[in-house]
Amino acid sequence: MSVASSSSTEGAAPLAPRSARVRLTATWLVAPGLAFLAVFFLYPVASLLFLSVTDPEGGGWSLRSFARIASTDVYLRVLGITFRVAGSTAVLSLLIGYPLAYWIASLSEAVRNRALLFVVVPFWTSYLVKTFAWMLILGRNGVINKLLMGAHVVDGPLPLLQNEFGVMVGMVHSMVPLAVITMLPVLTSIDRRLVSAAQTLGASPSHAFWMVYFKLSLPGVTAAGLLVFISSLGFFIVPAFLGGPQQTMLAQLIITQISELLNWSFAGALAVMMLATALAAFWIYDRVFGMSSISGGASVETDGKLRRVGIEALALLASASEALAAGARAVLGRRVTAGLLPAASWLIIAFLVLPTLLVIPIGFTSSEFLSFPPPGYSVRWFDTYFSSPLWIAATLRSFGVAFATALVSTVIGAAAAIALAGSRTRFGGAIFAFFLAPMIVPRVVIAVGMFYLFARLGLVATNTGLVIGHSVLALPFTVVTVTAILKTYDPRLDQAAATLGANRARTLAYVTVPIIRGGLVAAFLFAFITSFDELTIAIFISGGIATTLPKQMWDDMILQLNPTLAAVSTVVFVVVTALLLVAQRLRRTA
Amino acid sequence: MTPSKLYVDGLCKKYGQVTALEPTQLEVAQGEFLTLLGPSGSGKTTLLQLICGLVEATSGRILIDGQDQSDVPVYRRDIGLVFQHYALFPHLTVAENIGFPLRMRGRPSAEIKTRVAAALDMVHLGHLAGRFPRELSGGQQQRVALARCFVYQPSIILMDEPLGALDKKLRDHMQIEIKRLHRDSGATIVYVTHDQDEALALSDRICLMNHARIEQLGTPQDIYRKPRTAFAADFIGISNIFRGTFRTEGERICLETPQGVFRLPSECAPTGDGGGLVVRPEQLQLGGRPENALAGLVRETVYAGSETRIIVRSAGDQDVTLRLPSHQRAPAMGETVTIGWDSNAAVLVP
Ligand SMILES: Nc1ncnc2c1ncn2[C@@H]1O[C@H](COP(=O)(O)OP(=O)(O)OP(=O)(O)O)[C@@H](O)[C@H]1O
Ligand SMILES: [Mg+2]
Repeated sequence: MSVASSSSTEGAAPLAPRSARVRLTATWLVAPGLAFLAVFFLYPVASLLFLSVTDPEGGGWSLRSFARIASTDVYLRVLGITFRVAGSTAVLSLLIGYPLAYWIASLSEAVRNRALLFVVVPFWTSYLVKTFAWMLILGRNGVINKLLMGAHVVDGPLPLLQNEFGVMVGMVHSMVPLAVITMLPVLTSIDRRLVSAAQTLGASPSHAFWMVYFKLSLPGVTAAGLLVFISSLGFFIVPAFLGGPQQTMLAQLIITQISELLNWSFAGALAVMMLATALAAFWIYDRVFGMSSISGGASVETDGKLRRVGIEALALLASASEALAAGARAVLGRRVTAGLLPAASWLIIAFLVLPTLLVIPIGFTSSEFLSFPPPGYSVRWFDTYFSSPLWIAATLRSFGVAFATALVSTVIGAAAAIALAGSRTRFGGAIFAFFLAPMIVPRVVIAVGMFYLFARLGLVATNTGLVIGHSVLALPFTVVTVTAILKTYDPRLDQAAATLGANRARTLAYVTVPIIRGGLVAAFLFAFITSFDELTIAIFISGGIATTLPKQMWDDMILQLNPTLAAVSTVVFVVVTALLLVAQRLRRTA
Repeated sequence: MTPSKLYVDGLCKKYGQVTALEPTQLEVAQGEFLTLLGPSGSGKTTLLQLICGLVEATSGRILIDGQDQSDVPVYRRDIGLVFQHYALFPHLTVAENIGFPLRMRGRPSAEIKTRVAAALDMVHLGHLAGRFPRELSGGQQQRVALARCFVYQPSIILMDEPLGALDKKLRDHMQIEIKRLHRDSGATIVYVTHDQDEALALSDRICLMNHARIEQLGTPQDIYRKPRTAFAADFIGISNIFRGTFRTEGERICLETPQGVFRLPSECAPTGDGGGLVVRPEQLQLGGRPENALAGLVRETVYAGSETRIIVRSAGDQDVTLRLPSHQRAPAMGETVTIGWDSNAAVLVP
C-alpha cells in the first residue's frame, strides 16, 4: 500500500484526524432512526397536543374539549374506571408475578432460560388471541360454566363476562408476563449470599427475605408496577370484549370518537389526558424511586427518614410473615411448605399458558359452535379460513407488512444501536431513552396522532402507512435486542480490523455484522411479530380494503364469534410462537 | 486439651455425583484458632457451610458444646460467618449493618447503639458509621464485616478467606487485627485460606485439606517439620523431595534415587517398595562432609534480602532448592557444588 511510499511525517500524523472521522461516521448511523422517530412519532404526538387545544370550528386556541371532558359525567367516569382498572391490574400483576419471578430467579441458569419461555411466549401472544380464549372460557356457555353446571355446583351460568371480573382476569393475564420480565433482571442480580449472610447473623428466613432480598428487589418491583400501569392505561381489546358498558376505558372512547364520530379535537384531548397520566406516573416514579432503577441499575441509597421508616415497615412485615410461616409449617409440615413456592409458580404458569392453548382444539372442532370439548374433530374451519378471499388477503397483507416492517426497523434500529454502543455519554443515554419512548407512550395515542398525520399525507389505507406505523412500534425492540448483542461484542475487533486496513464501512460489513448476525435476525423476528399481531394502528390506518389479519379478527369478533376465529387464532399463535422460539434461541447463542 | 467446642462427626456432603466433602472427623477446642488450608475445590467452603448450617449434610452430624445441631436452623446457631466477599447489606449503613444481628436478636435499641459504637471503635471505624458499604474501601468493608460478626459475640466464628480480596500490605495488617480480636474475644475460630503463610502465622492448628478429605491435621510446626504426605510437604513451604525405592544396606534401610542412595531418618517406618525423602531448603548444607550428599550445577541464585536462595540442578534433571544466610558467600552460576543433609533432618513420606 501507500504506507511504504509516504514520508515518515505523513505516516505518523494522520492518526488523530482519522480516528475523529471514524467516530463521526459511526455517530451518524443514529441519524436515520432519529429522523424517522421525529417525523413519525414525535411530530404526530406533538401535533395531537396542538389539536387538543384547537377549536374544532373556529380554529383558534380553545380549551373547549377539556372543558367538555371535565363537565361530562360519562367522561369523568371513564377516566375513573381507566385509573382503577390500570391500578388494580398493576397491583394484582405484581402480587402474582413476584412469586413466579422469585422462583425463576432462583433456578440455575440453564433451567431458568427454559422456564422463562413460559413467560415469554404468553408475553408475545397476541392480545386478540388471548382475549378470544377468555371469551371461550368465561362465556355463558364457556368452559367454566359448563364444568360448574355439569358438576351441579351452580344451577344457572355464572356471569363471568361483561363485568369487572372478566376485565380484571383478562388484564392481569395479559400483564403478568410484562411484570415478570421487568422484575427478573433485578431479581437475578441480587446476591443471594446476602440472604445467607442475614441468616448466619440470626435473621429467620422471613426476616432475611423481607429485610434483605425484598428490599433489594424493590427497584424491579416498582419499575414493573409502573410499566404495567402505563400499558394498562391504553388497553381497549380486553375491556371491549370481556367488560360491559360499565367497564369502558379511555382508549375505547378515543377509538369511538374517531372512527364513529370523527371528532378529532376531542379525541386529541382524550389522548392528551392519557399521555399526561402516563407522564405523571413517570414523574412521580422518578421523584420517589429515581429513573435509574427502571433500567435495572443499582438503586443508590441515600440516608433519610423515608428509608428508615421503610426498614421499620419491612421488619414488621417480616415478623408477621414469620408467624404465618411458622403456622403453615406447623399445620402442613416442613416438606409441604418447602414445596409451596414451586407449586404456586407452576399454577401461575398454567394460568398464563393454558387458556391460550384452548383455541387449538376449538379450531379443529367439527361443530358449528365454539363448545369445549369439541364434539368431534375436523379441519373444516381451516378450510373455511383458507378458502375465504377476505381472510387470505388479510393474512397475506399481514405477512407482507410484517416483513417490510421487520426489514425497515431492523436496519434503522441496528444502525442506531451500533452508533449508541460506542457512546457512554449522558447524551447517548437520552437518545437511547428516546428510542424506547414508542414502547412507553400508549399505543392508542401514537395511533391517533399518526392517523391525523397520514390523513394529510394520503397514507391512510396504504401498506406504506402500515409499515411506517408498525416500524415506529417495532424500533424499541430492535434497538434493545441489538444493543444487548453489542454488549457482548468486543470493540477491539473493530480496532483490529482498522489496523489491518479496513475502513469503517468494510469493518461493519465484514466484521461487525457477521459477528452480531444472530442478534440481527432475532431483532428482525421480534419486529416481525410486533407488526404481525399489531391492532391499534391497524384499526386507524388500515381502511376498508387494506385490512390486516388482527384487524379482520377484531371486526369478526365484534360482529360474531365463530369457529373460523379459532382456526385463525391457532395459525397466529403457532406462527408467532415458532418465530419467537427461533428468536430466543438466536439471541442466546449469538 | 480443653473440652471440644465443636465436634464434626462423620460429616459428608455430596452434590449429585460430586463429593464435596468425604466423611470427615474434626474436633476443635474451646478458644482455638484452626485454619483450613488447601487447594481450590478441596472442600473448605463446603465444610464451613455445613458447620453453620447453610447447606444440609448428606450424612454425619455436628455437635457444639456436645449438643447435636442437626435440627437447629442457621439463624439459631451460635455461630458467626465472615464471607469472602464481605456480604455487607448494600441498603444499610455501616452502623445498621453492624446492628443487624443484634436487632435480629431483639436487643433494645439503646443497647444496640452502645454495642455498635464499641464494635466500630474496635475496628477503628467510628467516623464512618453513617456511610453505605459502597462508599468504603475494600479494607474498610472487611473491617465492617469483622465488626458485624464479633458484635454479637458468637462463641464460634467461621471465616472464609476473609482477606482474599486485599493487597499484601493490608493483609498483613488485618492478620494482626484478627489475631487481636481472637485474643480479646476468646472465640473459637475456624479460618479458611489459600495462603500458607497466613495459615502458619495465625493458627493454633492447621487442617490441611485435599480432594475433599483432611490430608493432615496438626500444629504449624508439626505440619512443616513432619509432613505425612508428599502433598503436605509440597503445599506448605518449599520442599525438596527425592523419590526412589527402598534398599537394605547392612542393617539400615536406604532409599535409592536417581540423585544417589540416601539414608532414612532413624525414626521412621518405611512401608511398601519405595517413597520420598523430604528435605527443607534450610536443612541443606553447602559443601562439608554430610551424611547424605549429592552433586549438582548451580543454575540460579535468587537474592531475597535476608537470605539467598540457590537452585541446583542435580542428576535426573531435578532442581534442588537451598537457602543460605546472605552473609555467606553464594556460589557462582554454573559452578559445580556438593550439597547434603543429616539423615534425621529429612522426613520420609509414602
Ligand atoms: N452447590 C454446589 N453444587 C455442586 N457442586 C458443588 C457445589 N458447591 C461446591 N461444589 C463442589 O464441591 C467441591 C468443593 O467445593 P468448595 O467450594 O468446598 O471448595 P473450596 O475448598 O472452598 O475451594 P476454593 O478454595 O476455590 O473456595 C468442588 O468440587 C465444587 O465444585
Ligand atoms: Mg471456597
